[in-house]
Amino acid sequence: MVTSAERLRRLLALVPYVVSRKAVGLTETAAAFGMSERELIDDLNLVWCVELRAPEPYCPIDLSYEGGEITVSQAESIARPLRLAADEASALLVALRMLAEVPADGSAVARLIAKIEAAAGASAAASAQVSIQMVDGPNARGVAAKISEALAAGRRVHLRHYNTQKDVVTERDVDPMRLLVVEGRTYLEGWCRRAEGVRLFRLDRVLDLAILDTPASVPDTAEPKDVDAGLFRPSEADEIVELELAPAARWVAEYYPCESVTELGEGRLRVVLRTPDTTWVRRLALRLGEDARVTSPAALAESVRAAAAAALALYS
Amino acid sequence: MSKRRTERLLSIVVLLLSTRRYLTAEEIRAAVYGYPEQYDAFKRMFERDKEELRELGIPLETGLNNALDEEPGYRISRQDYELPEIRLEPDEAAVLGIASRVWQSAELAGAAAGALLKLKAAGLPDDEDDGVRRPRIEPRLTTQEPAFGPLWEAVRDRRPVTFNYKAQGRTDATRRELEPWGVVNSKGRWYVAGHDRARNATRVFRLSRIDGPVKMAGPTGSVTVPPDADVRELVKDWDVTPVRDHTAVLRVREKAGFGLRRWAREVTPDAASPGWDRVTVSFADVPWYADYLAWFGPDVIVIEPPDLREAVINRLKGVLT
Repeated sequence: MVTSAERLRRLLALVPYVVSRKAVGLTETAAAFGMSERELIDDLNLVWCVELRAPEPYCPIDLSYEGGEITVSQAESIARPLRLAADEASALLVALRMLAEVPADGSAVARLIAKIEAAAGASAAASAQVSIQMVDGPNARGVAAKISEALAAGRRVHLRHYNTQKDVVTERDVDPMRLLVVEGRTYLEGWCRRAEGVRLFRLDRVLDLAILDTPASVPDTAEPKDVDAGLFRPSEADEIVELELAPAARWVAEYYPCESVTELGEGRLRVVLRTPDTTWVRRLALRLGEDARVTSPAALAESVRAAAAAALALYS
Repeated sequence: MSKRRTERLLSIVVLLLSTRRYLTAEEIRAAVYGYPEQYDAFKRMFERDKEELRELGIPLETGLNNALDEEPGYRISRQDYELPEIRLEPDEAAVLGIASRVWQSAELAGAAAGALLKLKAAGLPDDEDDGVRRPRIEPRLTTQEPAFGPLWEAVRDRRPVTFNYKAQGRTDATRRELEPWGVVNSKGRWYVAGHDRARNATRVFRLSRIDGPVKMAGPTGSVTVPPDADVRELVKDWDVTPVRDHTAVLRVREKAGFGLRRWAREVTPDAASPGWDRVTVSFADVPWYADYLAWFGPDVIVIEPPDLREAVINRLKGVLT
């Protein structure tokens, strides 16, 4: 149920929307406003019924939607949309300024920022109070430019990619699907021919990338990843890992997505993680030294100790 | 009821946009359907309506038509009300479409959609299938922290706030009173920077460490952001990248330690130990770098400096204690 204020906001956009198009279909308009045709007709009736009674009674707005086509023959003073509110201008400008830092075609972004700022006037001021810092490394721009080119031309790419968690470099052919910018970093999402699946590659970890002559061919079954709930989404098939952390290692609970975090007193924590591959947990445990213990699974705890012993043996 | 209220609010907007003269509350009541006869009830309703219109961003002006008027009247200046003329090139419209989908959080996703609708109402075509090639890029901004909404409003309206905060490594929360200057997203995490009243100093807070609700602690416009305050820089300083002014020589197993090789100053095969390379790297500080090297386990040995070597050995021994 929309509030009367939200509905008024919608009506004040609806009238100029129709006016600026001279005539427009009910279906099309309902889609643009994200509502049903029934709701749209209720809105149109409401606008049409508006009546002022002084000094002379009159109806300021006249419209029709006969035959499924809306026309406004008289819109009085609300033929133009209301100015952008501070929230609206800021939502767009903050997003655009972030887009400006993303390695892609920047000229349209810069022109659009200038136009929105000019149109928003004073409403644009608050947007300066929000800023988004991109943390792509210096080489990501060049890689992103090549990917944009491959996307535009519909071509396959060949890349060398460094996986930090496993400490390996792999070479793959990838059919690019899109560039994703999540949590301040840019990723290539594409159909990986080697894995035969949709994969994300963080651009600052792409060591080399070449555009191939082969046309990209993304299978129809390839589903883009839903990254809105976070990049790393645990699956039921993942292994469950339990760690105990000393106060100095509490950052782990904030840095990695945890299933649960329990205070153990004196600043110690127990965290439970889910992961498809425990290699990185072993590395993390080595890095944390005495500040962390893998308490489960036992085999992982044992492999951490074995790795530490093997590393120490190299020094003796 | 809600429908009648919408009708009444719309009538007021149309009426006040069509008048050059300021209209008094009484004149508005006479022209608009839906207000009660009883004066006090009317006054209360009228006050609520005015507030609602202002919240929507409708620039309701108050003033006197002449010096003899006793009661102020109202009008809406068309120039202040109307979105100025805006024309977009096809590539700009494509970018606008991308920008309007960036926010994933309720507060600003709704605002972005509202802005897009106003631009469409100003004549921007809504046909997305016009043959213009759209860059396939999708930036996403999420705000999972509940503190984001109220802090954004506080920053926008320049209001001080109070909240409970758990500093890093602390289990107890302390009460903070902040004049917020801005919110910053760095590496996907949200921060607020401003003047901490109790500590009388500039402070940066991470939104995920705010415990419980954020409350407004003063009226709109009561916070002054210093002209030289750069919240971006403040967060950067807080999340500082150190200078790598130390040098280490490592022995790294072949086909391992790519993260080290990538930024290395020199990589040469180690003549003394087949299967290993000598890798020379720059680093910033011993404890942090020792932790990082321990991550590579038995694929890396520190040759020098001695303090780094000692620190890595201690880290590894710590695993076994």
